[in-house]
Amino acid sequence: MARMKFLCDADRCIDCNACVTACKNENEVPWGINRRRVVTINDGKPGERSVSMACMHCTDAPCAAVCPVTCIYPTEDGIVLHSKDICIGCGYCFYACPFGAPQYPKVGNFGSRGKMDKCTYCAGGGGPEAPGSAAEFEKYGSDRFGQGKLPLCAEMCSTKSLLAGDGDIIAQIYKERVLKRGYGSGAWGWMTAYREDIEV
Amino acid sequence: MFSLARARLAVVIMMLLLGIAAFGPAIAQKLNPDGAPNPTASVTSERELFKQVPRIEGRIDIPDKKASELIQPAGRTWDYFHEVLLHWGGAIVILGTIALLGLAYLIIGRVRIAEGRSGKKILRFKALERFSHWLTAASFVVLGLTGLNITFGKILLLPVVGPDTFSDISQGAKYVHNFTSFSFVVGLILITMIFFRDNFFGRVDLEWLKQGGGFIKNKHAPAGRFNLGEKLVYWLSVIAGVAVSVSGFLLLFPFYGTDIVEMQLAQVVHAVVAVLFVALILAHIYIGTLGMEGAFEAMGTGEVDLNWAKEHHDLWLARQLANQDQHGQPSATPAE
Repeated sequence: MARMKFLCDADRCIDCNACVTACKNENEVPWGINRRRVVTINDGKPGERSVSMACMHCTDAPCAAVCPVTCIYPTEDGIVLHSKDICIGCGYCFYACPFGAPQYPKVGNFGSRGKMDKCTYCAGGGGPEAPGSAAEFEKYGSDRFGQGKLPLCAEMCSTKSLLAGDGDIIAQIYKERVLKRGYGSGAWGWMTAYREDIEV
Repeated sequence: MFSLARARLAVVIMMLLLGIAAFGPAIAQKLNPDGAPNPTASVTSERELFKQVPRIEGRIDIPDKKASELIQPAGRTWDYFHEVLLHWGGAIVILGTIALLGLAYLIIGRVRIAEGRSGKKILRFKALERFSHWLTAASFVVLGLTGLNITFGKILLLPVVGPDTFSDISQGAKYVHNFTSFSFVVGLILITMIFFRDNFFGRVDLEWLKQGGGFIKNKHAPAGRFNLGEKLVYWLSVIAGVAVSVSGFLLLFPFYGTDIVEMQLAQVVHAVVAVLFVALILAHIYIGTLGMEGAFEAMGTGEVDLNWAKEHHDLWLARQLANQDQHGQPSATPAE
């Protein structure tokens, strides 16, 4: 069984934000919500690195654990999905998420956050809607995964910095890159998300 | 039990506080043996960064500046607090309190009015005082149940009613919880102001403690308007009330003056204090209803039996009677 993961090779990321745009376009994500974002560390200084980050689809996902209505769950491919029908918009998944992935359509107060939205690994939603249906697309976005495709952000990354796919395979690709070029800044977020690092 | 829970709170707060201390990531400038900069030496690795800072932040191009927080492993710590420490701690504290109160009822039983009812009544709480008490009490019960639902609902209620119904209940409970907070705060302010004067500690409280606080049958524990036990309930409620209110309003307005670590901390304070608060109020409810004959009517009708007042608040009763005599009024009103 494949275990789907994301890996951002920060030594290749050029902060072009194409992944951010691709995600918003493919999933028709509403204004104000960014399922994926690029953060630049040490901007303008030696050692500057840009990292593309979205939901990492964690092992033992903390969002799923803390959800008071248990609307978040991992699929058999390790993709963390949620049901917007069940979500009450309490914000607990946001407190627990190490990557700031959960987003809310309303920045309102008095608990009116609206239904949580986050990266679905382009695998549709975790609700009762039929996979690939228009109703599902409206709520959660594209179901590329159901068609055998990987998330669009990684698929169209121009420098192939962002990798998606089975964890073992993308780890192997990253390892070979680091060996060949002689350096690497690490698999960002892997230790926190998957409790394992890629030893080169 | 209380000190254990407090120690646990201290540990969690320490862990989170350690996580707040942020240092600017320092870049080690490495040079090749010939003095030229090493092109690969400036690689900022995640592992090195995490040795210096508890969470990694950077610059971001999109308008949502909150998203510039890249990785905050403290989320997993908060997960552990919420799913392990809070579930176990909360269950132990609340069930433990209920068990202790049950034990107290079995051993001590209902504290009776030793001389029996006199049939004469005296006013103990005025209408405004009772209104303030019941406003706070009703709000507290609603907040307590809806709050416990967020923590324990998925264990206790979800398997019974199913996920869809439970989601509807929890959604409603969330809004009820958020808006009932306002009536609770109004009640808390009223209670704090109205009973402030009568809750200062005095020498008589020590004497009350020495005499066993009214629980030992052949000893008399002297007290003014409020005895030491009631004063403790007052002060602990005020402190806990302020703590849950402040932390609750911080959570009600996400990102207004708080960042993610401070919201986690606010949730920890909110949950831990609320659990202890529920335990305190369970004891308060017990002594005001089951635990003591003649106590409930003080907050119910506002009038207590003269003999009850004599046994539990002798100094207050003496003062009241003296006052009434001065004003030429009857010293106590007949029951009917």
